[in-house]
This record gives sequence, structure tokens and C-alpha cells, in this order.
Amino acid sequence: MTDAIVVEGVRKRYGDRPALDGLDLTVRRGTVHGVLGPNGSGKTTLVRVLATLLRPDGGRVEVAGHDVLTAAREVRPRIGLLGQHAALDEELGGRQNLEMFGRLHHLGARRAGARADELLERFGLADTGRKAVKRYSGGMRRRLDLAASLITEPEVLFLDEPTTGLDPRGRAEVWGAVRSLVGGGTTVLLTTQYLEEADQLAHRISVVDRGRMVADGTADELKARSGGDRIDVVLRDAGQLGAAVVLLPLARSEISVDADRRLLSAPVTDRMAALSGVVRALEEAGIVAEDVALRRPTLDEVFLRLTEGGDRVKEAL
Amino acid sequence: MNTYALSDSWTMTRRELAHWARQPVQVVVGLVFPVMLLLMFGFLIGGGRGVDGEYVDFLVPGMLALTMAFGLEGTMLAVTQDLNKGVIDRFRSMPMANGAVLVGRSAADMLQSALGLAVLIGVSLAIGWSPRGSAGAFAGAVGLLLLLRFAMLWIGIHLALVAGRPEMVQAVQILVWPVGFLSNAFATPDSMPGWLGPVVEWNPMSQTATAVRELFGGPGGEAGHVWAAVAWPLALLAVFFPLAVRRFAAPAK
Repeated sequence: MTDAIVVEGVRKRYGDRPALDGLDLTVRRGTVHGVLGPNGSGKTTLVRVLATLLRPDGGRVEVAGHDVLTAAREVRPRIGLLGQHAALDEELGGRQNLEMFGRLHHLGARRAGARADELLERFGLADTGRKAVKRYSGGMRRRLDLAASLITEPEVLFLDEPTTGLDPRGRAEVWGAVRSLVGGGTTVLLTTQYLEEADQLAHRISVVDRGRMVADGTADELKARSGGDRIDVVLRDAGQLGAAVVLLPLARSEISVDADRRLLSAPVTDRMAALSGVVRALEEAGIVAEDVALRRPTLDEVFLRLTEGGDRVKEAL
Repeated sequence: MNTYALSDSWTMTRRELAHWARQPVQVVVGLVFPVMLLLMFGFLIGGGRGVDGEYVDFLVPGMLALTMAFGLEGTMLAVTQDLNKGVIDRFRSMPMANGAVLVGRSAADMLQSALGLAVLIGVSLAIGWSPRGSAGAFAGAVGLLLLLRFAMLWIGIHLALVAGRPEMVQAVQILVWPVGFLSNAFATPDSMPGWLGPVVEWNPMSQTATAVRELFGGPGGEAGHVWAAVAWPLALLAVFFPLAVRRFAAPAK
């Protein structure tokens, strides 16, 4: 068995609105898989179905080799969940929380206590173990939440937007904690709205929109799929943008212009030829450029392109 | 149910006890409120509505029964608050026994009720209540009161699971009051309009109140109500306990 998660054609409706609309997903064992999508695209619904919390209307869902619908009891000991809202008892202390969850995982009193101390140490919370969780900072709370998800070293860990609402420092803390899991053999499914987060943490990324998967691959593959490299040219004088569009040796229909940033941008196929062609054309025309750069598309561009593509397909139907 | 049902339930009971340790003021308020009700009815409003004998001997068993019945509100509120916390998702996605969250809640609430009952009995004795039954009958009465509380507790858990949100609980709370007062806690049914008497007498709370009055040897007691005071709560439990556990265990639709 090499796939930790297999999802086939899963559907879930809330009233008229389909939250999951025939979504397919396969996650290989021991990898970090990013599920990327805007608000309302079905990410959280997907995680709740995978974590046996929500019953789908149809489709097949297997986690750690067991069907979530018919064998939820087999799935539960093998998974950990970090939801969008801290799944902790806010009134209790950090250590009390971890010890309680350890007992509920049937470690026994002594091992539950030892495991709690171990995890507090590992996530840098040893000093604050007695403090009530409601007095924790956002980053601390998330780290404790993550620790609680790892009590039994789950085979599959679900992280539902693990850094939403955190400040940059809290985000860095959580990223560090997630990276420390990789290599331990745990399969991680991570949902996020932040492309940077998926790029940083995930081996593979699925882009979802309106309850469907619209693209799937490594970050590099996704970037390549949405048109390859681009060239950005920043002019000193925005008034010359129009002239530059006509002059430059680029496919005119694909040039995008941003007057505020005095920027024009276009996809290129032959990187070096395009670069030298653009520099030469600017010099001959006497147009002063502040910056000329070749770059890969950002995941943001990929994402916009892929989800807009979904729109176009829908409209055509 | 699985083999860990007992230990999981105990873990969940410990959780509630740990909450008490961190919020002692709330626990004390919970214990004082019924005492306030007792004193209010005993001294302010009380006037022996159709009672032969001392009103306090009539009132106290009624107040004890009423307090047990009103425990439903506290349970319901605690369960809905818990349901709307993220921690419930973790409990649900863990390999723990299905009913443990609820059983833990019920054990902790029973403990608090037993404590509350002890306080209330202490205060009642201090204001002149004098039970005349045997020690065995006294213990039996306490048992019946706790049984009523246990049944109300599981009704409370079930209603909380059905309502789901704290706003809904308020609506149910408003309905609990007339049910509590449409009983013989404060007055005998003989003093009420003819159509109301039977309603009041059939109220499970009235059965318990009448039975404990009998066992405490005070006015308003009638022989033969002990069986009803055992049967009613057991019947309610037989319905609401499985309903609540099943409802909690089912994944959201």
C-alpha cells in the first residue's frame, strides 16, 4: 500500500450548494501534500470527511488503508487532526490537555504524562505547560494543538489551514514544527490559502476550486503548466509603456501592462534570446528601463490562471 | 461501546473536575443558588398552601426535588458550550469510547448535585426542617432525589445535542420553569384548580416529591409513591440515554 489517502469522486452538498463536487485526490505515503484553494472551495469539508467527522453524500474515501465510512474505528487511531480552530480545552493547562488526550489514546496514566512532557519539550512549551491554554499566544496554541495531534505518531496528519490568523512569527513557528515531522514517515495533508505555504512545505500540491480538483502536481510542474517563464520590464516613464508594447520583440497579445508599477510582463519561450532582444530594442528606441528580469511565474499567477480557467470551462458549458 | 468505555469516561470526569479546580467560584455559585431559592420560598413567599403541618416540612422535600429537576439546565448549558468548542472535534476524531464525553459529564454533574443536595439539606436542617423518618428511609429519599437528577441530566444532554446552540438552550430554559412549578413542590394539588391537579400529580417531579415527603415523614407524603418515583426516572433514562449516546456518536450530516 503506497497511498495513504485515496479519494474518488467524493460529493457533499449543503442545501443547494455543493461543497465537494466529485473531488479526486491521491496522496502518497510519507509525503506532504498541499491542498490549495480560496475560501469556500471545499478544503475544510474535505478534511472533515477524511477525519471521519463528516459523512459525504457519495464517493469513496480511504485513509491509511481503511474506508472512512465503513471502518471509521480503524481510521481514528491512525490519524491526527489540526483544525482551523484550536481543538484544545481552553480552560485547562497545556500539560493537562496533552495528558488527557494521551489517556484517551489509551497510553495509560504514566505514559500519557511522559508523552505530554516530551511533546511540550519538543514544541518549546515546557515552561508554559501549567498555564491555561486561553492565555496562550496564537502561535503557542497552534503548536500545542499540533503536539496534541502527534500524541501517537499518527500515520496520517491533517492540517487544516494551520497558520490562518497567525502573525509572521507564529507562522514561522508552525512551519518549523511541520518541517520537523517530515522524514518521520508521517503523511501530511495540509490545506492552505497561502500559496507560499504550499510552496514551502508541500511535495505535491492539488489546487481545488468549487469542490473540484483543478490541477495537481509539484510546485514546479504547476508553475510550468501555467505558461512557463516570464520577462518583467520596469520603465522609468509610464508614458512610454505604449511605445514599448509595440516595439518589444514579444507576443503582443500576451503582454500585460501595469501602469501604476510602470511594468510590462510577458511569457517567453527562449529565455536568453528574449532578454537580449528586449534590452537591444529598448536601447535602440531610447527608452530607459529601471529593471529587466526573467522569472518563473509565482504560484499566485498559477493559481489565478488555473481557477479562472475553471470559470471559462464552466461558462463554455 | 468498547473495552475502554470506563477508563475513557473516568478521563472525561477528571476533565470536569480539573475545570472545577480552575473555576472554584462557578462551583460555589452553583451550590448557593438553590439555597437562595429555598430561603426565598421558605421566608418570603411561603405560606403553607393547603398544607397540614409545618410548611417548612412540606417545602424542603419539594425544593430538593425541584433542585434536582432544574439541574437539567446546567447540564444542557454545559453540553452546548462544549459542543461549540473545537476540542469536541478532537474527541470525536479519537479512538475513544463513543459515550465517554457524555458519561464523564454526567458523572461530574452527579457529583456536583450530590454536593448541592448535601448543602441544601444542611441549610434546611438549620432553618428548622425536621425529618421524622428512619435513617434508612432518609437514605432512600436521597437516592430517589439523585435518581431524578440522573434522569433529568440525560434529558438535558439529549436536548442540548438536539438544540446544538446556546441560543436554543435559552428557549428550553424558559420552558423548564413552568414544568418545574407545575408540580407539587410548593403547594398541594388540592389547592389548585380542578383541571390542573392531575397534570401536577402526573409530573414525574411530583412523584419524587411525594415519595420523599413520605420517606422523610413530613406532610404531603402519600404511601405508594416510591415505586412511581423509581419507575418514572428509569423510564426516562431508558429513552434518553441511548438517544443521547447515539446522537453524539453519529457523524454530522
